[in-house]
Amino acid sequence: MAEVLVYVDHVDGAVRKPTLELLTLARRLGEPVAVALGNGAADTAAVLAEHGAVRVLTHEAAEYADYLVVPKVDALQAAYETVSPAAVLVPSSAEGKEIAARLAVRIGSGILTDAVDLEAGDQGPVATQSAFAASYTTKTRVSKGTPVITVKPNSAAVEAAPAAGAVEALSVTFSDQATGTKVTGRTPRESTGRPELTEAAIVVSGGRGVNGAENFSVIEALADSLGAAVGASRAAVDAGWYPHTNQVGQTGKSVSPQLYIASGISGAIQHRAGMQTSKTIVAVNKDAEAPIFDLVDYGVVGDLFEVVPQLTEEIKTRKG
Amino acid sequence: MSLRIVVTVKHVPDATGDRHFAKDLTVDRDDVDGLLSELDEYAVEQALQIADAADDAEITVLTVGPEDAKDALRKALSMGADKAVHVEDDDLHGTDAIGTSLVLAKAIEKAGYDLVISGMASTDGTMGVLPALLAERLGVPQVTLLSEVSVEDGVVKGRRDGDSASEQLEASLPAVVSVTDQSGEARYPSFKGIMAAKKKPVQSWDLEDLEIEADEVGLDGSWTKVDGATERPARTAGTIVKDEGEGGKQLAEFLAGQKFI
Ligand SMILES: Cc1cc2nc3c(=O)[nH]c(=O)nc-3n(C[C@H](O)[C@H](O)[C@H](O)COP(=O)(O)OP(=O)(O)OC[C@H]3O[C@@H](n4cnc5c(N)ncnc54)[C@H](O)[C@@H]3O)c2cc1C
Ligand SMILES: Nc1ncnc2c1ncn2[C@@H]1O[C@H](COP(=O)(O)O)[C@@H](O)[C@H]1O
Repeated sequence: MAEVLVYVDHVDGAVRKPTLELLTLARRLGEPVAVALGNGAADTAAVLAEHGAVRVLTHEAAEYADYLVVPKVDALQAAYETVSPAAVLVPSSAEGKEIAARLAVRIGSGILTDAVDLEAGDQGPVATQSAFAASYTTKTRVSKGTPVITVKPNSAAVEAAPAAGAVEALSVTFSDQATGTKVTGRTPRESTGRPELTEAAIVVSGGRGVNGAENFSVIEALADSLGAAVGASRAAVDAGWYPHTNQVGQTGKSVSPQLYIASGISGAIQHRAGMQTSKTIVAVNKDAEAPIFDLVDYGVVGDLFEVVPQLTEEIKTRKG
Repeated sequence: MSLRIVVTVKHVPDATGDRHFAKDLTVDRDDVDGLLSELDEYAVEQALQIADAADDAEITVLTVGPEDAKDALRKALSMGADKAVHVEDDDLHGTDAIGTSLVLAKAIEKAGYDLVISGMASTDGTMGVLPALLAERLGVPQVTLLSEVSVEDGVVKGRRDGDSASEQLEASLPAVVSVTDQSGEARYPSFKGIMAAKKKPVQSWDLEDLEIEADEVGLDGSWTKVDGATERPARTAGTIVKDEGEGGKQLAEFLAGQKFI
């Protein structure tokens, strides 16, 4: 059976959820072979094996943390050359897309980014993508070389599928370009204890209607009652009320949770681009004409400072 | 020596318009007005600021696209860029990201450069991979997705706000940079700028000028194929209630019904 290369996104050995989703999709195309790089690479093997990786290729070197992107491209190319896979799947993070793109040029292959689904087809994998702020759904495939495809978080369920997951050391020779861009400093993000925005099953977002940084506590309280991540519109971020890392939309994160709750957000096209594929959409807005109401499964026309705290209280009561 | 900056800019259909695909499944550029991609305005702005800080610099704006794409160049020139290059050729219709990166890379080399500045993503294709592809093709460092950038003594420095950390980056020129919409508001063209832009040189190059074969680009030369595009069905109209004191409770009832509580 053909092998499918899966690039592992992990933090010091802790595998992030989108990689496990990729393993589910990879199994539709062949046998997943995972590639884990950098500090803690070998520690990823157990969980990858549990989710279907037949082999886990690992390599640790300081270059992965000290230089931008290229060392990882060199390693993925080395893995590609050892495995000769039927496809290469990479999580659709900003970095993942850059790694995938550079690999594609090197190996003379076409690239598809931001797939939301993947199936086997007669002429290779068929990807489902969204276009024009998710107003279109397209079916695309790679017509030259080995398909290189990046896949968005929440595109498939995480499934247990125990496999061997044999750890093998990958041999990597870094290219001249590898040390071109030096990382001279790194400030890790402080954890909020809430789920990762792109991975969360529920996202609760606030916009200009929240009217102040201190008022975001209203949004956070609702999020915490549901175990949700917190998002924000660009207007709220630009006003300095919430960090840019939490921005949802075209130039922020693209989310596709089971439930998206927008409060005080009008629903501009650039915001919709990042949340329109959410399964269930709920909005609270005092303007009945706000475009966000065109998207909702349930909408409340009202003041968020009345509606949201009442909702939070009711959830807490129901959850006991 | 003069710092040669090339800014890559794209002419895109207005995102607030009703965008569609044409019959051949390429982006329909006829039914919605085009404009300079807003995210590329940030690239032009940073180029202008870097040029201001340098002793001597020259900014060339570069686009690959059909006739109308000239409008994007004109806008960038009116913001303050010095000259423009338009790569235009009928055989380019339907070129994908990999093909576009080939054309841009050849044009950048022909123009001559120390620094390439791109936007973080185009507002129509939204792939956000072109800058990395350009760095790969040109064989120079990529310093991408910067929310802060500066150039001094032949070194480009910047801040990249990533998913798990904020990183300080550094590379020697020549290099490819891309900037995000966090890098600082783009200026509006002044009346003087608009008038001056009319006199600035716009060169046109075709595939032959760049020594690219027609079969390396275009729909047939693309390494990806779009097999189908369907308009997303309008979401079925949801329930909308007016808050009369119980809105939060009603919402909770809905969420409970959907098993979210
Ligand atoms: C290139 C580009 C990229 C962009 N990228 C993004 C992006 O990634 N993400 C993004 O979000 N935007 C993005 N934008 C901006 C986008 O166009 C909108 O300006 C932005 O989304 C508006 O945010 P908002 O809905 O919070 O604010 P507004 O549009 O001002 O809406 C605020 C809403 O709050 C409601 N409201 C006010 N007070 C209350 C109250 N007490 N209770 C209930 N409702 C209330 C109002 O009725 C209104 O509908 C981008 C724009 C451009 C040009
Ligand atoms: N046809 C084009 N002409 C000039 N620059 C482009 C073109 N397409 C993309 N770019 C540049 O590449 C960046 C990223 O685009 P993309 O990878 O298509 O999202 C844009 O912000 C532009 O700076």
